[in-house]
Amino acid sequence: MLMIPCPWCGERAEVEFAYGGEGGLSRPVVPGDLSDGEWADYVYFRKNPKGTHCELWHHLHGCGRYFEVVRDTVDNKVHGSAESGSDIRGVSDVKKV
Amino acid sequence: MQRYSAFSLVRHALSEHKHWRRAWRSPAPKPRYDAIIVGGGGHGLGTAYYLARHHNLKNIAVLERGWIGGGNTGRNTTIIRSNYLQEESQGLYELARKMWETLSQELNYNVMFSPRGVLNLCHDEHELKGLRRRVFANQARGVRGEFLTPREVKQFCPPMRVDCPRLPVVGASLQRNAGTARHDAVAWGYARAADRLGVDIIENCTVNGFDIRDGAVRGVRTTRGDIAAPKVALVPAGHAGVLANLAGFRLPIESRPLQALVSEPVKPCLDTVVMSGAIHGYVSQSDKGELVIGGGADSYNGYSQRGSPHVLAGSIAAVCHLFPQFRRLRMLRSWGGVVDIAPDASAILSAAPVGGIYVNCGWGTGGFKATPGSAFAFAHLVAKGEPHLKGRAFTLARFATGRLIDEHSAAAVAH
Ligand SMILES: Cc1cc2nc3c(=O)[nH]c(=O)nc-3n(C[C@H](O)[C@H](O)[C@H](O)COP(=O)(O)OP(=O)(O)OC[C@H]3O[C@@H](n4cnc5c(N)ncnc54)[C@H](O)[C@@H]3O)c2cc1C
Ligand SMILES: [Zn+2]
Repeated sequence: MLMIPCPWCGERAEVEFAYGGEGGLSRPVVPGDLSDGEWADYVYFRKNPKGTHCELWHHLHGCGRYFEVVRDTVDNKVHGSAESGSDIRGVSDVKKV
Repeated sequence: MQRYSAFSLVRHALSEHKHWRRAWRSPAPKPRYDAIIVGGGGHGLGTAYYLARHHNLKNIAVLERGWIGGGNTGRNTTIIRSNYLQEESQGLYELARKMWETLSQELNYNVMFSPRGVLNLCHDEHELKGLRRRVFANQARGVRGEFLTPREVKQFCPPMRVDCPRLPVVGASLQRNAGTARHDAVAWGYARAADRLGVDIIENCTVNGFDIRDGAVRGVRTTRGDIAAPKVALVPAGHAGVLANLAGFRLPIESRPLQALVSEPVKPCLDTVVMSGAIHGYVSQSDKGELVIGGGADSYNGYSQRGSPHVLAGSIAAVCHLFPQFRRLRMLRSWGGVVDIAPDASAILSAAPVGGIYVNCGWGTGGFKATPGSAFAFAHLVAKGEPHLKGRAFTLARFATGRLIDEHSAAAVAH
């Protein structure tokens, strides 16, 4: 089982969380300006990397908050986590918990 | 190639089985092919076979990073059925299911297709409504399916408890001509038949780059050198996103761990396949006597070929609710694969945004059953550049037009 570091509650077992998919996506401000292809890209297309992945987790059975985690999808090592929206995608300056 | 038959078995028995020849060659890669298939699972090997067989393309290579069938093809729990909800899916999965019936003869290789029936259980009123809708949708389009009451379920599958207080079985669908097959045999059978038609099967050969010029593919870079080809068909299952990334485009695919496990072998005790979407578990008994158990995919993206133990524990608990007598069995081994899940839980058979590249992926947790149909339709697409009638709805265009093929209820947990 993964151990997920919630920035508020610390490291907790995966079963307390719900996975939220790729992190750092923001909804286009004016969807009407997008072509169908661009909209599809936002809604459906994902990076799905083999390696470092920035993703959302939801501490469903805990504090209830969403936050971002940087995890390696091959060895499952978690490199850090931070409040959602704070840019942790540059892994080096990740706040370690 | 030597044909396999009762006669050849007897003949080789007389010389103590010392003179069987290897089933396929192991050639070094040539500098150029007419078409390259990336990924030596069932779908990739099948694609090569149908390209050579029906489309008169003979100079083909299948490049496999590890050993053929070592991906999801050799890791799956082999459930074969076609009782999906949407018309498009029924067309493709039923084409495949029909092909399973004669695949052993076609390939001269026993794939051990065993139409032992597949039961899909439901445990509450809402599920019951959904399941009935699916049965009617199947019947309307010529896919075999019937609805069973709890009593009929018990008659059809006596070892199962239908009156478990926590999870009463309130009904089930049954597809009698569905069942299981031998997973490895599918890879080996297609490999042998393709090899006989001149296809080069090249193992231990990882594709790690593409030669793309003016928006069209010219070849691939591999750990065994550069290989030129005007057509490259990607059939890499969980690694679809990785290859797309190397070729400079994106896919609507997320790769997740999916696990399964088998028990110690026991005498025949279960002669059908039992699945329950609500409790995330399914079980069948292999010809070796092992109970083959699986469940839902892990929630997070992962390429580790292993998942979290609590997911497996959940599947085991579910199966033990339905079959309390299995509680005392010891488990032999568990494993995981990397499954390629699309947003609508349906496959992608499509030309890619790069000229000459085609992708076959998105089979996710349930593509073994589709192997012959997928390979057949995909070979048509690769050869002609136009989708096969049965594969037409499965292109990448659907994500922009919104014509998704939503199979979450039929595919998400059920395989
Ligand atoms: C535990 C589990 C249970 C399942 N149960 C069922 C079931 O009961 N019924 C069902 O219908 N389906 C089931 N499935 C799904 C099914 O296994 C797959 O959908 C199907 O086997 C996919 O076949 P494939 O040939 O596309 O992929 P694979 O067999 O995975 O083949 C893809 C190949 O591509 C190779 N490859 C990847 N990247 C590269 C590269 N860069 N260069 C060269 N080669 C590369 C891989 O090594 C791999 O061998 C299950 C899957 C799992 C993991
Ligand atoms: Zn928390």
